[in-house]
Amino acid sequence: MSNPITSELLLQRLQERFGEAILQHESPYDLLTVEVAPSAAHDIIKWLKEDSELALSFLTLLGAVHYPDQEGREMAVVYHLHSLVHNVRLRLKAYLPIADPSIATITDIYVGANWQERETFDFFGVNFIGHPNLVRILNEDSMDYFPMRKEYQLEDATREDKDDRFFGR
Amino acid sequence: MGKVEVVNGVETFNGEGFQLAMLDKVIAVARANSVWPLPFATSCCGIEYMATMGTNYDVARFGMERMSFSPRQADLLIVAGTISKKLAPILKKVYEQMAEPKWVLSVGACASSGGIFDTYSVLQGIDRVIPVDVYVPGCPPRPEQIIEGIMNIHRLVKHESLRRRYSDEYKHLLTKYNLNEDE
Repeated sequence: MSNPITSELLLQRLQERFGEAILQHESPYDLLTVEVAPSAAHDIIKWLKEDSELALSFLTLLGAVHYPDQEGREMAVVYHLHSLVHNVRLRLKAYLPIADPSIATITDIYVGANWQERETFDFFGVNFIGHPNLVRILNEDSMDYFPMRKEYQLEDATREDKDDRFFGR
Repeated sequence: MGKVEVVNGVETFNGEGFQLAMLDKVIAVARANSVWPLPFATSCCGIEYMATMGTNYDVARFGMERMSFSPRQADLLIVAGTISKKLAPILKKVYEQMAEPKWVLSVGACASSGGIFDTYSVLQGIDRVIPVDVYVPGCPPRPEQIIEGIMNIHRLVKHESLRRRYSDEYKHLLTKYNLNEDE
């Protein structure tokens, strides 16, 4: 086997290949986390999967995070990739504005992303452009908001019998 | 002639070759001792109900041997567990499919009030979609408590009017839940 693929090498290869699309990087808890331009996320994931040397061919997780205080980049779409060959993990983040949280679907790369993208749409309202069936998957169909966005309270809004004094609020 | 016997709460006059009793009382006792339950169990309260069905607690003692998994042949809807908002229309449909007379037992904190799940996805008590006769508190309630709830259902069955469904109160209740057959 040639050089073992490490996080450092992975980052270096990404920067060589995609240059300006790699915006930031950090390694919290030794997990390389790279912020990428949303427009390039699809191509980066495709390249990482198809590159025979890196072989990051397993999509562990796809989700989103809402940062209401970061103006213009409130919605982070997060991809966790795993190279089963080299046992290296990578986290990609793409930040989108809350006004138009749209990003290209990766269902053409990973079929398994289908339900995960639907779930992310269901809870955060991220619009995955090109997704074959972007409708709610877990919540009731009649729900008219995206419950994981921070402006909505977690509690059921219809309850009247819970007195805040008894719940430490 | 004139001998009075009270069996199972029913007063009877027994004579030679005949027996007199109030028909509605006899029917009420017959109903109370043959309540067929439909367990609508979704989580840990359902496990407690399974223990209640089992040999240690044995609800069969009370004429509930047969769990009815078809709502058409069920008398008592036992809702045990968290009901999400997505499940609420299904619960309502199951209730609608049950034939009169029918009763509802809400087992546990979640079915009764949403319990700890005060959240956007959970129905805050099944009484938001269907009328409930008896609530059993607990998280989850022990089988003894569930049996006590069933005993309270039996008390209702024995003492309420056989024609409850024709009463104005009952019709009003169903109207409140949008469950009227005429509409």
